[in-house]
Amino acid sequence: MADVVLRDVVKSYGALPVVHAINLDIAHGEFVVLVGPSGCGKSTTLRMIAGLEDISGGTVKIGDRVVNDLPPRDRNISMVFQNYALYPHMTVRENLGFSLHIAKRPKDEIVKAVAQAAEILSLTPLLDRKPGQLSGGQRQRVAMGRAIVRHPDVFLFDEPLSNLDAKLRTQMRVEIKRLHQKVGTTIIYVTHDQIEAMTLADRIVIMRDGHIVQIGTPLEVFERPVNAFVATFIGSPPMNLLPATVTDGALRLSDGTAIPLPPGLTARDGQAVQFGVRADNIMPEGHAMPPTSHMAFVDMPVTLTEPLGTETLLFGTLAGTEVQAKMLNPRPVRTGEVLRFGIALDKCHLFDAETGASLRV
Amino acid sequence: MYRLRLPPWLVLLTPAFVVLLMVIAIPLVLSFYSSFTAFQLTRPETITRWNGSFNYKKALSDVYFWSAFGRTLLLVTVALNLEMLLGLGLALMVAKVTRGQRLLRTMMMFPMMFSPILVGFQFKFIFNDNVGLLNNALQSLGLTDIAIPWLVDGHLAFIAIVTAEVWTSTSVFAILILAGLFAIPQDPVEAARVDGCTPWQTFRYVTLPFLMPFIYIAMAIRSLDVARAYDIVQVMTAGGPARRTELLWTLIGRTGYVDARMGYANAMGYIAILLSIVFTVYFFRKLTTARTSLGMGD
Ligand SMILES: Nc1ncnc2c1ncn2[C@@H]1O[C@H](COP(=O)(O)OP(=O)(O)O)[C@@H](O)[C@H]1O
Ligand SMILES: [Mg+2]
Repeated sequence: MADVVLRDVVKSYGALPVVHAINLDIAHGEFVVLVGPSGCGKSTTLRMIAGLEDISGGTVKIGDRVVNDLPPRDRNISMVFQNYALYPHMTVRENLGFSLHIAKRPKDEIVKAVAQAAEILSLTPLLDRKPGQLSGGQRQRVAMGRAIVRHPDVFLFDEPLSNLDAKLRTQMRVEIKRLHQKVGTTIIYVTHDQIEAMTLADRIVIMRDGHIVQIGTPLEVFERPVNAFVATFIGSPPMNLLPATVTDGALRLSDGTAIPLPPGLTARDGQAVQFGVRADNIMPEGHAMPPTSHMAFVDMPVTLTEPLGTETLLFGTLAGTEVQAKMLNPRPVRTGEVLRFGIALDKCHLFDAETGASLRV
Repeated sequence: MYRLRLPPWLVLLTPAFVVLLMVIAIPLVLSFYSSFTAFQLTRPETITRWNGSFNYKKALSDVYFWSAFGRTLLLVTVALNLEMLLGLGLALMVAKVTRGQRLLRTMMMFPMMFSPILVGFQFKFIFNDNVGLLNNALQSLGLTDIAIPWLVDGHLAFIAIVTAEVWTSTSVFAILILAGLFAIPQDPVEAARVDGCTPWQTFRYVTLPFLMPFIYIAMAIRSLDVARAYDIVQVMTAGGPARRTELLWTLIGRTGYVDARMGYANAMGYIAILLSIVFTVYFFRKLTTARTSLGMGD
């Protein structure tokens, strides 16, 4: 087990930088998720930690060793790849034991370690099959088993669930979390799926265009996004953003609707901003909106409804922008019906229209 | 008037049948039949002189036939293994090249662009004991002061022939293995590196199993090629001197066209073809096994 430290880590392909001087401290035993849209440099970062990609600048430390110039085999890491990367010509048993075999560990130790990993991941009945004879979920478990037999310092996961169907993905998510609780090894996990990030991570690292945008616990990044990008990327449905101008200490939407300035936010008079409100914080009156001291009310026609059972998602149009709202204890709503919505202002966000930066103090 | 009306499919297929009959079936039947006769090219009427399995018995009890058979087998074994190793090395090196790889790949094919007859002449010149490049080079370097009889001594001549054969055809292996290298998925290779493999271990445990199907395809192609080796050997030594480099097909060729004993030559030819069939079956079995173990096809 070990902590992992990235200092000003840069990756360039030729003259093209794809990871820009990122800094990250990962504590021993922590579960850190790198999340961001595809192409933002998550895999590249992970592969630099693994040693599969040269580091163009900065240092990567695992434990107390700078590993920049060490080949992957000397870093004591395990990696689970997106496409499983199993050895197709080896049985499940051989796949699981391969790293120990390479490390020339005694036979009985290998047998025991393989049996144990197979037990943890319910692979025991499949040990003599080849990867070609396994389903996607089973292959995924073999890939994980191969990673855990070695008791590495760090586990690296590169989108391990993205090739699975939705149901299996949810199951495996739980298994991975359980695995972490059981083995307690440092995990660095890459995904583009914010739900995976939220559910798995001790800390989330949000990346965009090769930069780290925000690091924080799932609740921190959800409740206090540093900019409009994080605000819309984390959370489902994505946060509604309404263009507005600050006038006389209030927000004025493009159609003239006035909304009081949410508390705890500072904005200059005349500043162009984006008003951010999550669906959970804009609800039709009388439908279980939690009472708060700062409320604003708007009338909005409903253009579309998505009933989900315990709640219904309402799509409406406010000042020319589509807004998603939530209705708890739902009743049937007709399309075109105009409802009065309450907005919980103390849960709302304000971002500079130009830079996207949060205006929270 | 009555006209025979054939169904259209038969009419359409007839030309194909006729061609197949002329170029394949008739020669096949004729040569197979003649292998049971005392057919001599110079006396066409002898094709009717049936002598049963005499030719086959004669071949199977002929020392020269068996020594040519054994030498052919040896040539296939030695040439294929050498070509495989060299081709593998060549392909691995070329795969590492990032600039000018196209050019290298093209250059790799050069030996295949020359007629084997000319290759034979070239190597005959290189290995000539008096004026040959090799002996001249060795003598100039002071490594030897005698004229090494490259094409006269049986063992040396065999080495010379293997050299020429390997020079022309290593690229068959190199090209196919290179194609294999390009087709290898990168993921398992990276997994192996993370799993603790040295570059050699990665090659041994992951890359090589992926290459085996390609190697077996090259083996199948080349085993047929070498089993019917004729041109290069015919030019370099003509199977001589004194049959010291005799291969199956130089023997068959001489028996059929120089000695004009075509019936006997055909009998030996059919036995030789059996050898090729055995090679093909063997390597295709290996290919299937290698593919199955990789989970490709079934
Ligand atoms: N071998 C390469 N050569 C050039 N650019 C690359 C290479 N590999 C990745 N990139 C670029 O680096 C960026 C980050 O890629 P990656 O780390 O794979 O993103 P992701 O966050 O989706 O995992 C992408 O824009 C990609 O196009
Ligand atoms: Mg990726």
